[in-house]
Amino acid sequence: MDGHELVERLRRVVGDRWLLLDEHELRTYESDGLLQYQQVPRLAVLPGTGEQVRACVAACAEAGVPWVARGAGSGLSGGALPVKDGVLIVLSRLNRILEVDLDNGRVCVEPGVTNAAVSTAVAPDFFYPPDPSSQIVCTIGGNVAENSGGAHCFKYGFTTNYVTGLEVVLADGTLVTIGGKELDPPGYDLLGAFVGSEGTLGVATKIWLRVVPVPEATRTLVAFFDSTRQAGEAVSAIVQAGIVPGAIEMMDATTIRAAEAMAHAGYPVGRGAALLVELDGAEAECDAQFTQVTSICAEQGSDDVRVSRDEAERALFWKTRKAAFPAMGRISPNYFVQDGVVPRTTLPDVLVRIDELAAEYGLTVANVFHAGDGNLHPLVCFDAAVEGQAARAEELAGRILDICLEAGGSITGEHGVGVDKRKHMAKMFGEGDLAAFQRLRCAFDPDGRANPGKVMPTPRLCGEVPGVYRQHPLEAAGLAERF
Amino acid sequence: MTTASAVRPASTEEAASALAELSSPVRPLGAGSRAEWGGPDAPGAVTVHTGGLDRIVAHNPGDFTAIVQAGVPFAELQRHLGREGQWLALDPPDRGGTIGGLVATADSGPARHRYGGVRDLVIGITVVLSDGTVARSGGTVIKNVAGYDLGKLFAGSYGTLGLVTQVALRLHPLPARTATLVAAIADPAALTAAVLAMSRHPLEAMALDVSWAGGTGRLLVRFGGVTAAARAADAAKLLHDVDTDVVVDDESIWAAQRSAQRGPAVVKVSALPTDLPAVIAAAGDATVVSRAALGVSYLCFPAGDDLAARVTAARAALAPRPTVVLDGARLVEGPWTAPDPGTLALMRSVKARFDPAGMFRPGTYVGGI
Repeated sequence: MDGHELVERLRRVVGDRWLLLDEHELRTYESDGLLQYQQVPRLAVLPGTGEQVRACVAACAEAGVPWVARGAGSGLSGGALPVKDGVLIVLSRLNRILEVDLDNGRVCVEPGVTNAAVSTAVAPDFFYPPDPSSQIVCTIGGNVAENSGGAHCFKYGFTTNYVTGLEVVLADGTLVTIGGKELDPPGYDLLGAFVGSEGTLGVATKIWLRVVPVPEATRTLVAFFDSTRQAGEAVSAIVQAGIVPGAIEMMDATTIRAAEAMAHAGYPVGRGAALLVELDGAEAECDAQFTQVTSICAEQGSDDVRVSRDEAERALFWKTRKAAFPAMGRISPNYFVQDGVVPRTTLPDVLVRIDELAAEYGLTVANVFHAGDGNLHPLVCFDAAVEGQAARAEELAGRILDICLEAGGSITGEHGVGVDKRKHMAKMFGEGDLAAFQRLRCAFDPDGRANPGKVMPTPRLCGEVPGVYRQHPLEAAGLAERF
Repeated sequence: MTTASAVRPASTEEAASALAELSSPVRPLGAGSRAEWGGPDAPGAVTVHTGGLDRIVAHNPGDFTAIVQAGVPFAELQRHLGREGQWLALDPPDRGGTIGGLVATADSGPARHRYGGVRDLVIGITVVLSDGTVARSGGTVIKNVAGYDLGKLFAGSYGTLGLVTQVALRLHPLPARTATLVAAIADPAALTAAVLAMSRHPLEAMALDVSWAGGTGRLLVRFGGVTAAARAADAAKLLHDVDTDVVVDDESIWAAQRSAQRGPAVVKVSALPTDLPAVIAAAGDATVVSRAALGVSYLCFPAGDDLAARVTAARAALAPRPTVVLDGARLVEGPWTAPDPGTLALMRSVKARFDPAGMFRPGTYVGGI
């Protein structure tokens, strides 16, 4: 199939209106949420059904053309960056909620449904816990690809803990069901392998999710400390006491200053750290633990603990936390958002090392983090107008990941590897590890057509596959079984 | 080439060199406490004993993580962690099993209701593949999306993809107190209605089980935390016209639930919570332990001459719901319900890539993999 034939075949699949060939139209899709990387695809299709997705992938397979699936494009690692000569499959039209079964705590959705829409569909008694901060726009398909987390995942877990089944189109154009509406179907846990595979193993066209009852009570406080070390020790003390907060978020002095300038929540500018702690659960248990948390914060040196009195005040606390990224624009012309993980107990030391490094580079690094699980989001501030500063900031952001790895952590907690962190993969994983990843990739997509150039540090081919199982004609006919 | 019928590596490196030397089928083995699960191994398969991989490599209480070698006995690990008020939040029926065996079979117990299964608590894994390649995935932190998640792929793979030598685990605090709401309900429909009433409420229960034996049932809901007993009493108010009791000294109730997951023949059923009456109806003379809010049930059949026939009849009645025969796997032709052909083909492809030589327990797994 030549290029022209592919275009015509895709046109027949999705219809003229949903096939984009014009470069100006395609520019809409040249980046995801990480704007440093841009690539216009050869063409884009916006299929309207799972079957159309399958037909598009099958056409790409026959034409030998790579493809990238895209949801809302809110990802922060370039995971949905198009491939130059490839097809971009935009899933925004697959936005139907197919089934809501609250007796069984299940929802079945198409990949283009937004994260927030799932919770809306099961409100007011149930909700869908993974809550990336982009939840109003980001799609469940994208969440599945990235194994998205969010502020509440320390207690509730990640996307992978909530997906029970998927209908997946593999790169050869076949449709398979992995997992199901029920738990534990026999065989390998392909679901566990697929969720978080960043679009490199196939594209999900139907997704079964577990939803859970909305907690009876929620209690939120913000405590201010003189230093991030003190606040970090408070986090450890809370968790050591056997308390698992719904969310536990920390901001450093720079972030407090920026966020307060935007949110006007009355945060004391000049304090070293703010800790937002939210407990949820059964009312009695929640109240008992909240008293404990309040006194732990005081014991660890906080002289300013503010408890939200109502939903409006709770919303204001969160507004300040969620303002942290956009607010940084008020104190710095540009910034990179880094995403690294460290064992929680190493937080205080890691923060000192980041400060030292920032001083060495002569740049400001503001810190916001999901403190419960040690997921750091250092914001590396720079001015792109100053020659060389962007490059220095990027180098600094990379060295922060080195610090995370030295502390026993990870190069990404929730943003994914995408294109942006491929260069760091070989620092975290050895050759044997990467080769094993490649085996999985080859099992799903031996020709490497699904989202090529992502996750793995260097392009790899699957090569000869002497051991690959081929069904014998007798087996196909049901006349023999292989043991 | 070695001709040994068994090897006993003491480290991942030793396991790697042993496997690189071997060309015959191999069978990883821990304590053998679930040895009869899955299909029979090829005659002459070399046993790779994990008993030498017996170190708790690290326990980081502050981070609620541990790094553990595959041969460490499950009970020993829990004792070790318990000294710091922590546990690996898995409570399968334990007959002296190892961590490696637990990961390989993805076995679980009542705590799965709250904490998830093996797949949800393994945060990093080290495996040795048939050519001696050592591969790691994940790490030692709870939150991590770098690279593919091989821990989940190997959990429940029954030793057919490679040898698990070490895992990093997420831990949880032991609850300060526990209490269990016990409700006796003899009618399966009413029992199911009670389960659904409970699972619609944000109880944050540690476990929610049904026990069915001798033609009558009990709903068991366990709570943890300082207010456990009060919450159990509150939960009882959700049930109407039902005899309820709150048991504070509740460990024996849950020990009984765990041990009823093992027996002469045990069929595990993947279903939905609303399927519970159908599961009970299909069970015949088997007792039923159900993780009722998860829809996963264990049917335990008493011994007897027609055991195989009773197991087969129950599976037929449960179809198309997938089942697996755990204890008593040898009684039936295929212990696993076969997946869809497309799904099975993908599983075969995974097997072929990870174990191209077909060394790891050939023919013993789902669909003859």
